[in-house]
Amino acid sequence: MTIFQPVLLEAVGVAESHTLASYRSRGGYAPLERMLKEKQPTDVVELVKASGLRGRGGAGFPTGLKWTFLPKDHPGPIYLCINADESEPGTFNNRILMEDDPHQVIEGIILSAYATRATTAYLYLRYEYPQSWDRLQGAIDEAYAAGLLGKNIQGSGFSLDLYLHRGAAAYICGEETGLIESLEGKRAWPRIKPPFPAIEGLFRKPTVVNNIETMACVAQIARRGVDWFRSIGVPSDPNNPRDPGSYGPKLYCLSGHVERPGCYEAPLGITARQLIDGQGGGVWKGRKAKAVIPGGISMGLLTEAELDTPLDFAGPGKVGCLGLGTAAVVVIDETVSIVDFLHNSCRFFAHESCGQCTPCREGTAWSLRMLERIRVGKGRLKDLELLAEIGNTMGMMPGSTICGLADGAAWPIKNAIKKFRGEFEDYIKRTNPSGWMVTDPVPALPIVAAH
Amino acid sequence: MITTQRMLTPEMVASIEALAPRYPNRRALTLPALHIVNDELRYVPYEAVVEVAQLLGLAPAEVQDTLSFYAFFPQDKPSGETRAWVCRSISCALRGGEEILDHICNAAGIDPYGTTADGALTVEPAECLGACDFAPCMLAGKTLHKNLTKESAEAFVRDARARTGKSS
Repeated sequence: MTIFQPVLLEAVGVAESHTLASYRSRGGYAPLERMLKEKQPTDVVELVKASGLRGRGGAGFPTGLKWTFLPKDHPGPIYLCINADESEPGTFNNRILMEDDPHQVIEGIILSAYATRATTAYLYLRYEYPQSWDRLQGAIDEAYAAGLLGKNIQGSGFSLDLYLHRGAAAYICGEETGLIESLEGKRAWPRIKPPFPAIEGLFRKPTVVNNIETMACVAQIARRGVDWFRSIGVPSDPNNPRDPGSYGPKLYCLSGHVERPGCYEAPLGITARQLIDGQGGGVWKGRKAKAVIPGGISMGLLTEAELDTPLDFAGPGKVGCLGLGTAAVVVIDETVSIVDFLHNSCRFFAHESCGQCTPCREGTAWSLRMLERIRVGKGRLKDLELLAEIGNTMGMMPGSTICGLADGAAWPIKNAIKKFRGEFEDYIKRTNPSGWMVTDPVPALPIVAAH
Repeated sequence: MITTQRMLTPEMVASIEALAPRYPNRRALTLPALHIVNDELRYVPYEAVVEVAQLLGLAPAEVQDTLSFYAFFPQDKPSGETRAWVCRSISCALRGGEEILDHICNAAGIDPYGTTADGALTVEPAECLGACDFAPCMLAGKTLHKNLTKESAEAFVRDARARTGKSS
């Protein structure tokens, strides 16, 4: 396998990579200056559309297409929100981009604002990234001083203000309408869609919400062109006219039980096994993988036998996972009990459910209670049916919730019980020899760990 | 109205007002304002909620509604001088994060979410800190502590307590 030369991560390891001088020396901002001089906003939209770039935040929606949903010739303000509320367990690529190469992100933001005709951009940064905050604020100050932000950028007549906005440790703020509500100063309850943010978003104005890595990709597409971007990754399926393909480089976050955890850039479509054995140096301590999270904990689980699944936008779905998600690959070795894994997952979602939709608020809390019960040796086989029922009924897909958090909570439950049912049954029978077969209702244990 | 000592200092009000031109309405200042208060006081008491509401032209209930949603801003008493979040999400848990949390709490003599009697340290479990490449990890104030071990966790507790000058 040839080693992929990193582009989005080219600055990692470079001295003073976060400064304007360093970014300029690597060719940064020249594409922006050229675009502002030579291209119209619609040209930039067409460029990004032609590249096939799909949003890197988790849903994989085509970025250029999202921009075209904005109303034409809108008289009022249009807002650009940058989603840096990176909270999906296992995910840290936005942090690396913001800390090591903030100007790459800012160039992408300016280009995207120009394309969408936004004159104010808010970068919603999670509280847990103080280093990113300092690096970004430093870079924004440099950009203002260099005439790359503010009024009449580089004499183009285009103006943009970019502001940082600090979150307060809530996972739901990564959902785009939750982020908008939070920015407006309210509790971060996701909105019912439609209207989509492109029509009515922040402060009830047309709004685009894009992820940090997406912004870095926009900057690189402007620099290297559509052909370069489309030469990387997995082309769209010719037998499926609705498949937009998986083009471009992707930042994979590798963590858990691997020898070399880290953020690695690779073409979309690398398999989980290639990533773990290649960049990751293999499963740690010479052990075997029991399961692997393909793209953040919400995406479910790959079994050892499914590790040759390509990690592109279509791959994980073919083996029953929710999708590529954030491409955060977490390796779980053979010594870990799947009961403990699912307990950790259920605790996360019970803690982070925003409480707006009943199926999610109750479903996540009850699934945690049941996992507590199983874990302390009071599980029944019936609990697996109940857990599966929760998994099948909460979420946007069954149509019972407003946002996808519940789908993300449901997927690890569904995947774990389907793919590791034998282990659950063995555990329950072994730890509860006298009661595993009981089907009567039992009192729930008090919830002890979620909050 | 009987005025008591105000919680918001003129400096805090000035910091909040300095952000006002960024947003088309004052309600959007809620979260920035709460952070400014919390950064100074290490909590946001109810009196401060009322003052923030007055400053932003909101009902206190609107500010409290937002504040309580995040479960981030203490209201009854200040956090310890160092507020530490120990990650317990999957990548850290796989590498011993939960044991580190227990260990830090034991070393500090507190339960999770507790504060040491000398006010030096508050320890809270955290969901993914986004530093899974350094698992198990902890964010203490603005410092990320990477690849924690029992030894480094103990040293952290000692240092945090020593900084108050009341180490026991």
